[in-house]
Amino acid sequence: MRAEREKRRRIKNSKQIILICMVFLFLLSGCGKKEEDVIVLRVNNWEEYIDEGGWDLEDAVVLSEDTVILPENGMIEDFQDWFYQTYGKKVKVEYSTFGTNEELYNQITLGDAYDLVCPSEYMIMKLIAEDLVLPFSEDFYSNTEYHYYANGVSPYIKQVYDELEINGEPLSKYAAGYMWGTLGIVYNPEEVTEEEAAHWNLLLMDPFYKRITIKDSIRDAFFAGVSIYQEQQILDPAFLNQADYKEQLGELLNRTDPKTVDAVEEILSRIKDRVYSFETDSGKADMVTGKVVANQQWSGDAVYTLDQAEEDGVFLCYSAPEEATNLWFDGWCMLKDAIAGDQEKQMAAEAFIHFVSRPDNAIRNMEYIGYTSVISGGESDQISQYIEWTYGAEEEETETVDYEISYFFGREYFVTAPEDQTRRQLYAQYPPISVMDRCVVMEYFNPEENRRINRMWTNIRCFDLVEWWKRQKE
Amino acid sequence: MKKNFFSRKQLAVPYAVFLLLFVIIPLLVLIYFGFTDENGTVSFANFLSFFQSGKTIGTLLYSIVIALFTTIFCLLLAYPAAFILAKGKFKKNQAFIMLFVLPMWINFTLRITALKEILTLLEGNLAYHPFFNTILCMVYDFLPFMILPLYQALCKLDNNLIEAALDLGASEFQVFYKVVLPLSVPGIISGVTMVFLPSMTNYVVLDMVYNSTYIMGSLIGSYFSSYDWHNGSVISVILLLMICAVTLFSERFTKSEQEIEKGL
Repeated sequence: MRAEREKRRRIKNSKQIILICMVFLFLLSGCGKKEEDVIVLRVNNWEEYIDEGGWDLEDAVVLSEDTVILPENGMIEDFQDWFYQTYGKKVKVEYSTFGTNEELYNQITLGDAYDLVCPSEYMIMKLIAEDLVLPFSEDFYSNTEYHYYANGVSPYIKQVYDELEINGEPLSKYAAGYMWGTLGIVYNPEEVTEEEAAHWNLLLMDPFYKRITIKDSIRDAFFAGVSIYQEQQILDPAFLNQADYKEQLGELLNRTDPKTVDAVEEILSRIKDRVYSFETDSGKADMVTGKVVANQQWSGDAVYTLDQAEEDGVFLCYSAPEEATNLWFDGWCMLKDAIAGDQEKQMAAEAFIHFVSRPDNAIRNMEYIGYTSVISGGESDQISQYIEWTYGAEEEETETVDYEISYFFGREYFVTAPEDQTRRQLYAQYPPISVMDRCVVMEYFNPEENRRINRMWTNIRCFDLVEWWKRQKE
Repeated sequence: MKKNFFSRKQLAVPYAVFLLLFVIIPLLVLIYFGFTDENGTVSFANFLSFFQSGKTIGTLLYSIVIALFTTIFCLLLAYPAAFILAKGKFKKNQAFIMLFVLPMWINFTLRITALKEILTLLEGNLAYHPFFNTILCMVYDFLPFMILPLYQALCKLDNNLIEAALDLGASEFQVFYKVVLPLSVPGIISGVTMVFLPSMTNYVVLDMVYNSTYIMGSLIGSYFSSYDWHNGSVISVILLLMICAVTLFSERFTKSEQEIEKGL
């Protein structure tokens, strides 16, 4: 009798344990029920890198009398609706975000599954080189209806994507552009002259001791360091005028041999002692409040900083230095393991790329996040209307210039803008051809280079006992 | 007797599962990565290279120095405050205790953002005094963690002991030095452990006050973001060992204190 009671109790106990475990697991797993006929598309993008809707009336973009862009819903929701209306199938986007390319890479290699991701150029190249990316389907670039990316991508950007090769294959086979820009310097023209801001060695100039910030990013700091190191050679007329200038420039700035890395380490160590800080996100605010007079920025953030400062009555400028600037672009690519041969999913992923590339959607994203879309619109002239709406000079303005961005559109295109826009947002968002001529794509580091450059970075950032001791002795 | 639906053992299950998933397993992963190389073979190379590089040792020392300064200043500020709270005029006055605990309710990044603006007003350019600012913000951040255990320990201290010492002719200094201080050692120890180790890795504070020099926390972060799991893990393991050492040491200390109390 007693044994039986004991047994019953034990059964009850184990039942309770199972119950608790199940509740716990249920909480952990999140109520994961999936409907069969819905395509689930897992998208991973940068933080704050897509229109989330909810615009106020005063935010409306007025392109012409009958074209007004004033979205209510976010881009993701609109895509789901559009997909259902266009293809008659339901798609559910599971949208998540990442903060750095390295974070994304770690997530992917540690087994998180995403169908569509949006890393920067060097990470795309790294992912392709490691055979993680699925090539686009054959008709991705065909100029059919709804193929907004194929129809609307800027010929200039398309050419960059075609010419960059990884293992002998063009980047465009695997990746489609989203946003692009340059790396430069935001400066306060009251403190820094245009001439001073036109060189990377601004970071080392005495008048700006402890008044400049630089990005807390190995690649961005390294680019500035290499540019300073190679400054003499790059600005030499013989170098500038050679026939294969662009290739030479690219080769020079992508050097990662020990000699270059050592030289850059020395330059960056000096910069570390002389800057206000290495910043990840505080630079924009510190520019506006006047704590710093210049900072290293990506063009998209520069536009945002300039806009913000303007609201506070501070007028800042942007410069892409004369030595060279880093042409960067974030692009969409599909991950092989996640799509895993699912035709419907691949089709939805490609439709997503096309949808965000529709000119009006590209404008929504640009207006919302301040970066520059790779879309020039193709036959639609909405993008050029948008540039005119944003930067076009008012009639009463006297000092205007005809600013040329023909290279981007692949046809002759000028916008009549206020003169100061040649140093400000327009220059940052759509750099002139002279800047594009000195653009360099910074490629990814192979494991050995990566180790070398990381060691350099740790050396710069770690407390140097020997150096400190020497200084104490003096 | 009314029987509870869950036994004590069963109630411990959720926490045990939590512990297993989020503490034990990650710890094993950490140790695995720390003591293997890229090919997955067991290796002590990472561990040894940490102690062979002047830069990493420099970082370790820099972190320890920051943590030491933070702890000492916290202690110097917190002890009188805790003493006044526990024994002074405002004895056990909840309102005053709240004043000290209140800052803990506000997220520390917000508090430091505010402090940064005040410091900018006072100093002008923050970048000229990165070390000083770091210590100041760390102290500001960790002060409540020092006050609370000290307050607890001093509350427990019997006033009769102080009076007896005074009656027996001890000077006020002697009372403090020979009675109050020794009896508050457990509070000091737990306060120190709550401040010293976290301040060695709290790199967010350094980032926020524009101190670009790495401490242990940022060094680990930099390894992880360059996909170097092995070196990052080994530093974490070294920090863990240090935590173990400090805990064991302080435990022994508090034990011997308790033995003294029993002996009395």
